Amino acid sequence: MPELIVTKDIHVPGIDTLEVYRQHGGYAALAKAVKGYQPDEIVELVKKSGLRGRGGAGFPTGLKWSFLAKNNKARYLCCNSDESEPGTFKDRMLMELIPHRLVEGVLIACYACRVKTAFIYVRGELALAGRQVEQAVKDAYAAGLIGQNILGSDFSVDVIVHRGAGAYICGEESALMESLEGRRGYPRLKPPFPAVIGLYGGPTVINNCETLATLPAIIEGGADWYASFGTEKSKGTRIFCLSGHVKKPGNYELPLGTPLRTLIYDELYGGGMLDDKALKAIIPGGSSTFLLGPDKVDTPLDFESIAAAGSMLGSGGTIVMHEDTCIVGAVLRATEFYRDESCGKCTPCREGTFWMTEIFHRLEHGEGRQKDIDLLMDICDNLSGKSFCPLGDAATSLVTSSIKLFRKEYEHHVEHRHCMVGPGAVAHAGVR
Amino acid sequence: MISEETKQRMRTLAARYPLARSAVLPSLYIAQEEEGYITQAGLQAVADAIGLTVDDVASVSTFYTMYWQEQPGRKVIKICTSLSCYLRGCDTLLHHLEQRLGIKAGETTPDGNYTLKPMECLASCGTAPVLQVNEEFVENVTLEQADKLLEQLERELKKL
Repeated sequence: MPELIVTKDIHVPGIDTLEVYRQHGGYAALAKAVKGYQPDEIVELVKKSGLRGRGGAGFPTGLKWSFLAKNNKARYLCCNSDESEPGTFKDRMLMELIPHRLVEGVLIACYACRVKTAFIYVRGELALAGRQVEQAVKDAYAAGLIGQNILGSDFSVDVIVHRGAGAYICGEESALMESLEGRRGYPRLKPPFPAVIGLYGGPTVINNCETLATLPAIIEGGADWYASFGTEKSKGTRIFCLSGHVKKPGNYELPLGTPLRTLIYDELYGGGMLDDKALKAIIPGGSSTFLLGPDKVDTPLDFESIAAAGSMLGSGGTIVMHEDTCIVGAVLRATEFYRDESCGKCTPCREGTFWMTEIFHRLEHGEGRQKDIDLLMDICDNLSGKSFCPLGDAATSLVTSSIKLFRKEYEHHVEHRHCMVGPGAVAHAGVR
Repeated sequence: MISEETKQRMRTLAARYPLARSAVLPSLYIAQEEEGYITQAGLQAVADAIGLTVDDVASVSTFYTMYWQEQPGRKVIKICTSLSCYLRGCDTLLHHLEQRLGIKAGETTPDGNYTLKPMECLASCGTAPVLQVNEEFVENVTLEQADKLLEQLERELKKL
């Protein structure tokens, strides 16, 4: 089994407490950072490590930090723990099991970026995760790890845990800031980017929960050590959230560049397809990414290879479907998600996601028309790249890629008025 | 009625943030905790504590799905119906719960005991299908387990 970095020790009993976390080396990285490095040196170290954002976009973390505007305004850090991308369940696990690793990462990032106030924005639905992070922050305050003159240095920071209240869009960084400022979670126009004008108008760094929780290990082990994992451009490890039709769904931390086949079929990980059925399709990085066919199962799981195969590594949410899955039914489910979660601010997304779902319902329930398939493609064309924020793009990924890969199934729905495969087809054939 | 103590909690929160307005979401939670859902009195209290209009606070509260706009059941059963749970049979589970509770998804039983609410992805895809009962996860739910859960909830309700 490869070396675990961000999920190391997560199953140690009591690791969610400050005491046990410290017994296992917790907060040593913070001490090393604060005592041994200047803030800018940490930025350089993280750049050198090759760490890229684990939220979805995969932007180099150190580079993002170096974009922070240099002015006299207060700087802020937001930890994006608003995990809601369908197929993704890693940040919840980290917060529930090892909340101090996240807190330590937040503190290291604050030191590096000279931030005085940090917010951990935890998705509202994740009640236990929220409580765990709140307790960890409270205990860290009591131990002098958060507050004034941390570990005897001149580094001081305030950390506030803020609970979301049910809105996928708040995972989008500008909507997250709006939400933190007490408004409806509508995205902001970019530019200006948060690094220049962000929360309360100050330069703001926004990082994903897993990204921040990786920092302590990088400080401890060094940039070269971390960069020794993964591929040339996708360095390190990341947590892959495996779900759908596999024998052992779950979170698996693997070096970037591990083949999809290993994740799905290896006994240590997915253990193969559920009921040993044939693999039909894979969503590699959450429901906002493009569907891949079974011919892509040997693709290495790194940013570049998955992009070359026609999708995105996204949030690491790998959803696997077997041969009995009706693609139209599955994509309908994802389309309903984007309809419900579209914030309604811009017309292409609000109307596009609504009408796509209407058309999908028509297809699924045997009332589809042949031209509906091209109509869906046309709506996607009017939505992708034309919406105010990336949610609109995301809503089209599964629709366009599934029509390209499985057009026959869509046509079957129109011609035969029922599914081509799976329970829908069986029920129709009357051979239950 | 929102108590004076609750209003003070909201004011303390408003002072905790660089900008008082940031306390709207947590203050709405406090109001909901006290009243069971977002009432006119709750909106008024949040508006007063933070220095906003009631309409402004109401506009925020209706954007977020975790603020109840009417009284939910004593036991709120949320069921994830997103893609990964769909692949692992959440529709069968939802149908089963609808039958057992005698209500449709999104409804509350007439006696006010149960609300059955379909949800978007609850970040529990590896343990699908999944429920949340009054915010706490119940994972890898089979129909038998759902039945046992309902029996347990029934016992809890009798004690109320």
